[in-house]
This record gives sequence, structure tokens and C-alpha cells, in this order.
Amino acid sequence: MSVSLSLTVNDEAVNAQVDARTLLVDFIRNNLALTGTHVGCDTGQCGACTVLVDGNAVKACTILAVQANGSKITTIEGLAKNGELHPMQAAFKDCHGLQCGFCTPGMVLSAIDLVQRHPDADEATIRAELEGNLCRCTGYQNIVKAIAQGAAAMRG
Amino acid sequence: MGNSELNTVGQSVRRKEDYRFLTGCGQYTDDVNPPHHTHAYFLRSPHAHANIRRIDTAKAKAAPGVVAVYTGADLTGVNGLPCGWLITGTDGQPMKEPPHPVLAQGKVRYVGDGFAMVIAETPAQAKDAAELIDVDYDAVPAVVNPVEALKAGAPQIHDGAPGNKCYTWALGDKAAVDAAFAKAAHVTQLDIVNNRLIPNAIEPRAAVASYSRADDGYTLYVTSQNPHVERLLMTAFVLGLPETKVRVIAPDVGGGFGSKIYLYPEETAMVWASKRVNRPIKWTAERSESFLADAHGRDHVTHAELALDPDGKFLAMRVHTTAAMGAYLSTFASCIPTILYATLLAGQYTTPAIYCEVTAAFTNTAPVDAYRGAGRPEATYVVERLVHAAASEMGIAQDEIRRRNFIREFPYQTPVALLYDTGGYDACLDEAMRIADVQGFAARKAEAAKRGKLRGLGYAAYIEACGLAPSNIAGTLGARAGLYEVGQVRVNPTGGVTVFTGSHSHGQGHETTFSQVVASRLGIPIENVEIVHGDTGRIPFGMGTYGSRSLAVGGTAIIKALDKVVAKGKKIAAHLLEAAEADIEFKDGKFTVAGTDRSKAFGEVALAAYVPHNYPLDKLEPGLDETAFYDPTNFTFPAGTHICEVEIDPDTGKVAIVNFSACDDFGNIINPMIVEGQVHGGVVQGIGQALLEQCVYDQESGQLLTGSYMDYALPRADDVPSFKVTTKVTPCTHNPLGAKGCGEAGAIGAPAALMNAVHDALSAAGVTYLDMPATPHRVWSALQAAKH
Ligand code: FES
Ligand code: FES
Repeated sequence: MSVSLSLTVNDEAVNAQVDARTLLVDFIRNNLALTGTHVGCDTGQCGACTVLVDGNAVKACTILAVQANGSKITTIEGLAKNGELHPMQAAFKDCHGLQCGFCTPGMVLSAIDLVQRHPDADEATIRAELEGNLCRCTGYQNIVKAIAQGAAAMRG
Repeated sequence: MGNSELNTVGQSVRRKEDYRFLTGCGQYTDDVNPPHHTHAYFLRSPHAHANIRRIDTAKAKAAPGVVAVYTGADLTGVNGLPCGWLITGTDGQPMKEPPHPVLAQGKVRYVGDGFAMVIAETPAQAKDAAELIDVDYDAVPAVVNPVEALKAGAPQIHDGAPGNKCYTWALGDKAAVDAAFAKAAHVTQLDIVNNRLIPNAIEPRAAVASYSRADDGYTLYVTSQNPHVERLLMTAFVLGLPETKVRVIAPDVGGGFGSKIYLYPEETAMVWASKRVNRPIKWTAERSESFLADAHGRDHVTHAELALDPDGKFLAMRVHTTAAMGAYLSTFASCIPTILYATLLAGQYTTPAIYCEVTAAFTNTAPVDAYRGAGRPEATYVVERLVHAAASEMGIAQDEIRRRNFIREFPYQTPVALLYDTGGYDACLDEAMRIADVQGFAARKAEAAKRGKLRGLGYAAYIEACGLAPSNIAGTLGARAGLYEVGQVRVNPTGGVTVFTGSHSHGQGHETTFSQVVASRLGIPIENVEIVHGDTGRIPFGMGTYGSRSLAVGGTAIIKALDKVVAKGKKIAAHLLEAAEADIEFKDGKFTVAGTDRSKAFGEVALAAYVPHNYPLDKLEPGLDETAFYDPTNFTFPAGTHICEVEIDPDTGKVAIVNFSACDDFGNIINPMIVEGQVHGGVVQGIGQALLEQCVYDQESGQLLTGSYMDYALPRADDVPSFKVTTKVTPCTHNPLGAKGCGEAGAIGAPAALMNAVHDALSAAGVTYLDMPATPHRVWSALQAAKH
């Protein structure tokens, strides 16, 4: 069964017909060719697929594309403006918060959501909040550092 | 190297690759979508051990969207997957190498063993059709534990490997060791299980195989750490294709840790099939497939003994290890528990006699191969657990017993074949103790005790051998490949430099580190250097990235090529400056006539090489493009001390890491930020092994019980603390960079340091021995058992 969708992705209006069982992550990767959103598991455990849906971090492998109908989605491709990195992206670079880069899009978007809810998060809060995002490369230390630095930059 | 502004060696330059990763512009294998591509799905055995009486694919072939269905019987003319290292046993016989078919035929040997491939228009159609394949299994008893597998009466996995034995191999002087034990004042003994791990790079394995009728050629995108090796093995050994007809591209790869070194069945079958279906084929593993069918790591069962004199000097070590190979020999499986394990048992110590015997067993599990550290974490665990236990038993302080036995004179020939070129073990131990505040430990322990908590401190003074080499010696030890690396430096006419390296980055940041090396040497900005890796179509050759070899071996190959570029540049500059070649110096990006201010910039020389109007054409070829193959003369020997402090809650058994400090000697460092990141990542994998991770197969059924992130505890951010890491430097003596390698140190040192801390904490409560992982349940149970 195919359903029609209309939503906003990275500030652009998107209208599409998709199979009703299409996951949001597959819609983003395959229909929109936004391959920065990654798939690292099939159990909703790794967070590599995290995007912002109406400003909230959502694991895009855990919802159907139709469930995002009418919402405003931000993927990793939508963060930098005019080639300028978002403060959280810049902090990840500056703190070496990424190695292979595979978990990174999900980490950055989760971090932005985290900072929106905890603008002054300390290390323990950041670590607890990152519980849904796996990284096998960095050992998390520099991700935690990056999020603290990104939070400060976002506070301005 | 060059002038101070452009010389960035030793600086934490931010990574060149980060912009694309941070903006979602990375190009991973699953992001590659050639037109008209199909999707593959592999049907895998649900049984650990079964004969396949019959496979009926008729219904699957007729299912919607299906393009083709293949089983092992269809792969005529396709050989099995080869093993890259031949171990010769103590009986003088070669190891048993039973066939490792691309698609299992007649028999499946582990849960996840693939035996049919469905190709369809969509992934869902391929998967749905696979369910229609009718298979008549005759399940037979399975054995998943390597010790059980070697017992009489165990189920036989391969006809060609009686008793499931792959080999028994030994290293060292047994008679000398036995004699030393006979006169020892003290003997410490341990039985150790080194727990089986599943690597779990966050990017699952994936491949996209295409065939072109235009040139009868194949292109394979694959999540590989070493695309040239993959191509060589696949073409020459398995598919019988000319290497010239296969291009292997390993684009951005999302972590490897060893698991992406190997030639796997899936991509091999896909390359074969891409010509048959004449359309590109794509496959991306689901995470459950990663758990089932990526090569696993570790899985040793060991009895180890250390003989000491009355002063705590080590006299001899005797080790017997049973190592699991899994159901088939993966690409480098055989050399991990031998060449990369037994040779490391001297550790940082002067132990004069060491004997190690290893028996490798086939089991009904996924294959076992190198995983971050590969043999060296297992060796360090044996050595450092023995040292800890011996010190405790003899009442010698942990740092003191290590100091009494440290090697201090270099080069040092160990009794287990390695020749350490350099090291400074006291310096790392001292510094690690300082940053760990060992002095304050007694007070912290007393304070914790008041709160009813058990504190412990654990040391690991590890050594590793990196940059496996040289090829000729490895060859005599059974390596079926060379161990050099290739670097090509192409200076473009306008002075920009393209570097082609056989090393492969899957998180290590080579685009930055190698650019720093090249830019500093040539005196040009980093932005003018482009690093190309991971493509057999563009890079002359390469052995890839594993064993912490990229900078020490791959970086040196680039240095050697740079030397040739500079040498030729001097000839060109001598001509342009009308001076003798011997008088030309190259410094700060300029070729200068010594003692004068007459010079030519690097860019001017490059241009002259490509626009050779004023050029010694009679003596010199135009162009400035040089290649070097570098075969190291020895391993490198990174070493260091890791100190871990834990606090255990006896009521819950939970182990909290309150402090982890590391002081490592990686030789000279190009980019400290990247090195620190490597240590962090390695340490967390080591902590994962010691506290959380454990691959479990059901002993009866052989089912994988830890087949998802719900059951296999990968460390998460809130499972680990931040660490204090620092370095000391003794430069490697035999490569021009003085670099040793840093990728695996964390995973090597951390498990032993952590488990020694756990044992230290629990000793007061009477617990004497615990295996990894020290889960709350295990710790609590051990504490309860010790009470009774
Ligand atoms: S891919 Fe969505 S949580 Fe892993
Ligand atoms: S950077 Fe590789 S998984 Fe996080």
C-alpha cells in the first residue's frame, strides 16, 4: 500500500509517495538520498540513525516515514549553513569527537537535543543522556568533551 | 623538517576528514547506489552443525522480484577461501586447512554459516524469497568450546581435521623452562579464560559488486581495511580472475578493529554473481548478521605458570593455551594465537626462559581472527595477571616486582624470538603512578572501606609488537603474504601533492597525519596535500591497515618516496641554478645552493619537471612522481603502563572504575590529539572485554545467545569514565619517523590493569580468582562463595 507524505526536510518541502511500511530512515536514505543518516543496527539500539523530528532527537529506524507526516525534520546535512558548521559540529571537530564518522551524525543530533534540554549539562548528565548512542571508536571521552564545548558555544 | 609554520609534526592539527563526516558527506559502502542495482540476501544456517540433505530453491526463484538464487552447487570452479598464514605444528606437519567454501555445501558448521544467496530487486524481496527456500537439515551434535572440541568423542566438524585439531605449535626452550621451574623458590599458577568478543564496528559489513561487459571487469566496493589483499586473495585464490580485471574500492569505512581485514564469503559470492546476473549487487549486513558472521576475537583457555626466585625475579614462564579457530580458518586466524601471542610472553621483563604450547581447535562457531590487539592482549593478560598474582602471593609491591624484572638494556633479545630495539619501561611506570596518584591510594581505600566499598589498584605493564615484519622472516614463519607498504608521492605541475598510500583509514585520520608528514617534509601547506587510499584502481599496491602499522610502515613508505622526490628535485634545481648537485640543500620548501641565497622554490622545481624547457633531458626524465615500497627490518615495540583503580560495591557486585591512567611510549608522535583518541578508544574496548562483553554460545545447541545489542553489552558512554593518558618517548630505532604505532595499546593494557584492580579489591574478601568479564553477577557470586 502506498501512502502520500508531505513534510519539511532540512527546510525544504518534500512531497512523496511511499510504501506504507517504509521506515523513516530508509525514506531519508533511499528516497531523499540523504546518506548522512546511518544504519548501525536493527534493534533501535545504536542511535546512528538519529534525526531531529520537530526539534526532538528520534531514531529514524524506529518509526515509519508516515509517522513523520507533516513534521519538520533535520538531518545531519541540514545543520551547517552556507558551509559554516553548526557550533556542535565545530566542537566535535575541535575536540576530536569522531574517528570513523559512522556514529557521528547521530551523536551530533542527539547532542543538540541534549543541550536543548540540559543547557548546562555536566559530564555525568552528558554520559547518561548519550546512553542511546553507540560509538565503538572514540571511547566517548572526546564526544563528552565536544558536547560540553558545543553546549557552551550554543549558549553563546 | 621544514620551517616552523609549515612544520606541524607533533601538533594536534584538526582533522582534514572531519568536515565531510560532520556534514553527512562521508561515502560509506552502503551509500553507493549504482544504477539498476539488485540486492543480495544470504540464507544462513539456523543450526550449529547439520548435514544438508536437500535444498529446494524453486519457490524462491519464482518469488516476486527475484533475479537469481544460488547455492554452493552453482559455484562451479570457485575455490574455498584461503588462510594467509601456514602454521607448522610440533609434529612437523602443516596445520589442517579444511575447505572454507564461499557458500556451504552439504554441511553447515555454525549458526550463521551462509549456504544460499538470493538476488532480488529490493532487500525485502530477497529476504522474503529466502524464506521460501526449502532446506532439509539433519542436525547433528555441536561443540562450541575449544577444550571440549579436542576431547575424545567430540562431534567431528571437518573430515580433514581429526579430533577437531588444527595444529599444536610451540615456541621456546622447554628443557630450560622445566629446569628453571624445578629450582624455583615460588611458582604462581593461573587458569585463565580469555573471553570471546564480537568486534562490532558500528558500520556493518557491506559490499556492492558490479560487472562490466565493456571490459569484462569487476568493481567491488567493500568495507575493507586492506583492499589490495582482498583483491589478491579473491582473484588469485578463489575466483581465478586476473587481478587486472577486478578493482576493489574501500571507501569511507566505519571502523574495523580487525573485523574488516578478511576476505569474507559474501563479497566473494557477489563478485562471482555480478557477471551472471549482469547487474550490480548490493548487500549490507543487518546487525544480527554482524554478530553471527563477522570474525570474532580472543577465545583462549590457558594454563600459565611463573617461576620466581626468592627475591621475586622471574626465572621462567610456562604457558599452555587452547585457542578456538571457529568453524573455518579465517584469513589470518592461525597466526593470532601463535606468532602474535607466544612471542609477546616476555612482556617488559627479563624472564630468561619461556615455553608456550598452543593447540588450535575447530569449533561450531563463527570464525575467530584478529580483533584489536590480536594475540597481544591475550599475552599481556597472561603475563600481567601472573605478575600480579605472584606479587600478591610473595608480598612484594606491584610496582616493585615489575621494577625488579624490567628490561633496561637495548637491543634486547627475548627468549621468544623478538628483538626489542628500544624502550623505557621505568619512565612509563613512574609517570603512570604519578598521574594515578598511587601515593594517595591507601587513604582512598580506607575512606571507601568506611562506606563499605572495596577499592583496588591494578597495573598492566604491557608490550606489543606492531608493524609485523620483515617479510622474509615472516615468510619463514609461515606468512603467505608480504608485509611491506607502498607509498607514492605525485607532485603535480603546480606544486600540489597527491599521496597514494596502501594504508587504509577507517577512523585513524590518515588524511591528516600523513598530510602533516608530507607537508612538513616538503615545506608546503597541509592543504596542498591530498591523501588517496582504499582503491586498487588508483594505488600501486598495499597491505592495508592492521596491527598498528600505518604510520610506522605506511608512513615510512611515504617518507621513502619523499626522499626520492627530494633527490630528483635536487638534480632539477642544480640544473636550474647551474650548480653542482652536491651543493644543493633542501629546506623549508626551497632548494638552495649551500652557503648562498640562490634558491628555487619547491613549486618552481615541480613546474620545471612538467614543463621541461630548461631541463637536463639528456640525464633526467621529466615528471616528479615517485613510489617506494618499504619493508621494515623489525617490528616496532610500543609499551607502557596502565593503572586502574576500581571501587566495588559488595552488595551488588558492581565494579566502578574510579580512575584509569595510562602512560604509553609510542615513539615519536605526529598528531597527539589523534594518538590520544586511539588510546581512549582502545581502552574502552579493553574495559568492554574486562567488564561487559562476552560472546556466549549455548553449549548444547550452539545457538548464539548474545546476538544483539540487547544481549551483548557494548560499552556505552555511561559505562566508562574519562581517562588520564600521557606519553613518554623512546623513538623507534629502525624507521625514519621513529614511530611505533598506537592503535591497539588501549585494548592490550586495559583488560589486565582492570582485572588486576578487581582482584586487588576482592582479595581482602577472600576472592582469589575471577574471569572476564567481571559482571556484577560474577563478582557478587564470587564474594558469596568466598564467605562460605
Ligand atoms: S540504526 Fe537506528 S538505532 Fe541503530
Ligand atoms: S566514530 Fe566510529 S563509531 Fe563513533
